[in-house]
Amino acid sequence: MIESSPTSIPAGSPATSRKRLVLVGHGMVGQRFLEALFDRDGSDAWQVTVLCEEPRAAYDRVHLTSYFSGTTAEGLSMVPEGFMEEHGVVLRLGAPAESVDREARTVTARGGEVFPYDALVLATGSYPFVPPVPGHDADGCFVYRTIEDLEAIEAWAKGSRVGAVVGGGLLGLEAAGALKAMGLDTHVVEFAPRLMAIQVDEGGGDALRRKIEELGVTVHTGAGTQEIGVGEDGRAATMSLSNGATLDVDLVIFSAGVRPRDQLARDCGLTVGERGGIAVDATCLTSDPSIWAIGECAMATDGRVYGLVAPGYQMAETVAHELTGGSGSFTGADTSTKLKLLGVDVASFGDAHGTAEGCLEVLYANSRAGVYKKLVISPEGKLLGGVLVGDAAQYDLLRPICLAGADLPAAPEQLVLPEGAGGPVAIGASALPDAAVVCSCHNVTKGAIRAAVTDTGCADVPAVKKCTRAGTGCGSCVKMLTTIVNDELVANGAEVSKGLCEHFEHTRAELFEIVQVRGITSFARLIDEHGTGQGCDICKPAVASILASLSNGHILDGEQASLQDTNDHFLANLQRNGSYSVVPRIPGGEITPEGLIVIGEIARDFGLYTKITGGQRIDMFGASVDQLPLIWKRLVDAGFESGHAYGKALRTVKSCVGETWCRYGVQDSVGLAIELELRYRGLRSPHKLKSAVSGCARECAEAQSKDFGVIATSNGWNLYVGGNGGMTPRHADLLAADLDRETLLRTIDRFLMFYIRTADRLERTAPWVERMEGGLDHLRAVVMDDSLGICDDLDELMQRHVETYEDEWRATLDDPDRLRRFVSFVNAPGTPDPSVTFVPERDQIRPAKPGENGTTLPTAGLIAGPTLEVRTS
Amino acid sequence: MTADIHAQAHAHGQAPGPGARGGHVEVSDGDGWTTVCPVTDLIPGRGVAALVGGRQVAVFLDRDGAVYAVDNYDPFSEAYVISRGIVGTRGGIPVVASPMFKQAFDLRTGLCLDTDDEPVALAVFETRLRAAVAEVA
Repeated sequence: MIESSPTSIPAGSPATSRKRLVLVGHGMVGQRFLEALFDRDGSDAWQVTVLCEEPRAAYDRVHLTSYFSGTTAEGLSMVPEGFMEEHGVVLRLGAPAESVDREARTVTARGGEVFPYDALVLATGSYPFVPPVPGHDADGCFVYRTIEDLEAIEAWAKGSRVGAVVGGGLLGLEAAGALKAMGLDTHVVEFAPRLMAIQVDEGGGDALRRKIEELGVTVHTGAGTQEIGVGEDGRAATMSLSNGATLDVDLVIFSAGVRPRDQLARDCGLTVGERGGIAVDATCLTSDPSIWAIGECAMATDGRVYGLVAPGYQMAETVAHELTGGSGSFTGADTSTKLKLLGVDVASFGDAHGTAEGCLEVLYANSRAGVYKKLVISPEGKLLGGVLVGDAAQYDLLRPICLAGADLPAAPEQLVLPEGAGGPVAIGASALPDAAVVCSCHNVTKGAIRAAVTDTGCADVPAVKKCTRAGTGCGSCVKMLTTIVNDELVANGAEVSKGLCEHFEHTRAELFEIVQVRGITSFARLIDEHGTGQGCDICKPAVASILASLSNGHILDGEQASLQDTNDHFLANLQRNGSYSVVPRIPGGEITPEGLIVIGEIARDFGLYTKITGGQRIDMFGASVDQLPLIWKRLVDAGFESGHAYGKALRTVKSCVGETWCRYGVQDSVGLAIELELRYRGLRSPHKLKSAVSGCARECAEAQSKDFGVIATSNGWNLYVGGNGGMTPRHADLLAADLDRETLLRTIDRFLMFYIRTADRLERTAPWVERMEGGLDHLRAVVMDDSLGICDDLDELMQRHVETYEDEWRATLDDPDRLRRFVSFVNAPGTPDPSVTFVPERDQIRPAKPGENGTTLPTAGLIAGPTLEVRTS
Repeated sequence: MTADIHAQAHAHGQAPGPGARGGHVEVSDGDGWTTVCPVTDLIPGRGVAALVGGRQVAVFLDRDGAVYAVDNYDPFSEAYVISRGIVGTRGGIPVVASPMFKQAFDLRTGLCLDTDDEPVALAVFETRLRAAVAEVA
């Protein structure tokens, strides 16, 4: 963060010749404003100063709750690294604006520092409303707004048994979910007669309530909080409700709505709305021509204060345009929402409550399945709005139709009925009119997306994202976006080649089917019969992986050796200077002291650099190809086997210590992790596979960021799939709950094999799940209800894998032919590669950089001699 | 008919013909020929590294039996790793893809096919097969 004072900029420097822009508030909308501003030509006219009240820069408040499931404060950050520096923004953290002098055009921050401005943008957001009931400020009472709030709640929850949330809206239910996950008996107290009263109607509220109660949360609706009883120790102890009930509580979270933070504006005489909110015009300008207001602190021209992030973003864009010589307008926004609350889909759009005159309703309610769908239709048959609870799959399609006022693609009753009961008809993106807004974060229409393809020439989804910004906000529209882009490409006659590379016109999934059905066991036959040319570095490893998934012997035998990437070819990981790293398998992260000592001794004897990996094992770096068999001989002799860190294969199954040691654990997570790791070790797949098992809902193993993750419940195991860390993190989806061990294994077997069979090359499970037609429900139907009739096949494939598994390294050491490849120079075996050099750093080695005078392998590396006796076992 | 041919030069990947199977691959650094290995030790589609007159050379055999030799030094990663790349074709051109960052190099000319800027090329070495009968014990 830049903390330099703006007054320290020398007079006469270019910076001072620029106009001064002060942004008050650095939340999501504030950050979006900065990004929109610097995206535009003309932004260099502004020297920007940001005053931020919180001790940290803008973070993702929408996903705040994910903090409890392991997302760090850094992970929530909205500010790209180097952003402030790149744009010369002065960011003052912990420095809220305290007053504005409109005449002098200055802002005074806490501490008295004065910032002059030519333009002032207020993005002060809102504050949580806490009903002024007696005891509301007792110890143990919290609000749910900032990372600091969550840290305090988390700390307090550790000594608590019962928690209550005041407010059954969106945020309140999220808070309740978080308390529940921390093991508290949880109550939700809502003044209105139903949950999420703003978004859903009575029927939807009922369906939602049943779902929430199934999860073990106690719901009190139509109940006001009258008093928080405070114990002698000053802590909240009881909660009295207007319906006469009294709850014993240890922790209370107020989540009863928010109010615009407009005090700063009031104090300096700006016009504010009757019920709060800084009044702005269509360009978000306040009653002062130098001051703008955006986001939750502003009251739009329609008299509303928008508490959602998407309208805030639109306001931010509007002002960014205004300040860079363009023009923007914000006169009101769509408040449609779709979210997953405690695993329950809830969506509402348009006139959800059916307030339009003469409107009609089409309803489907199934309380047994926990599904409620209502469409509001005009007398002419146009879709006006709707509420979807328990199944919101059609939201992406219905909302744009509703907002664009387009004709429905089918009779409304067909749109609410479940599959197999007369609906839903197969309707897709093609049913949307061009005016339909597909990405509401960036207000991008279907027409704009089509134009990006046809007029601008974007040839794929990433290009369209870059060009239109569609899909780069919340990401919920990416599936729809992909369909529209591909449809448009096809319509233009562009061949959307799904082929693997120039040598195969088939997708990986098609090749898998061909190989399996025809019983093909070699690349040569596959390319001769179904491809052209000699292959390349794309198709060869992909086909090698398919052959290996179908259990076709050692990956270095015969022709397969020529197909492997260098990592697979040397069964080790290539590093920057041409050396390799070695990772023995440590199932579940459980290792004996003897095992640790062996690894330590080997690393010491060969002079290797050691580091603990994220997957709970130990990586040894700096080995030359000659050393690999020597290192592995010692590892194998000590009982270790390949960890497949080099392969597109199962990597690790991480675990927390579980009920065996942990006082919160409810199942043996280590035992299960070891069982899973041993079951799936060596399984070749389209991309690497990571897994984890947590012993309780605290989720210390981070199972929800894995391709398949398991979390213990008191009744069994919950299985999550499609999670990902890395560049595009994704939270895994709950595939099935409370499974017994046998069902769990069977479900994972099928999930993995279905993935291996149908995914694209180098496609992780996260995007695979994401693009699956029919989504998670389809996946569940396939692997749990055998809807495609392929489960026998999947089971058999996995059984074959389990039965034919052998340790690749042991098998390599046993075979002189395979071993012969491990030389630096084929015509000088035993001569180490002189180019692989190292220098010392922090008591270990690291690769020498070009120009650095490093030394070759530490001589200790060859104490075992350059030759290796081949095992005969 | 090849039994009496002791040495058969192959400029840049000429197919040696079936009769030469079993001979030794030799690479020239300009000053003389260095024996690399029996051709049967090479896996079609894969490479090996060899020391030729003090230089590191990557030697490949493709599926048609042609032998190629280029510099083992990868100019992009600045590591001696080209021999560990995967051999294939791009638009009919025989190529090796660097195992580090996957740039493809034309095995006949050494020219990198994946750079828009300054042309980058690996040095190319002449290869030949010497019939097995001439092997020095």
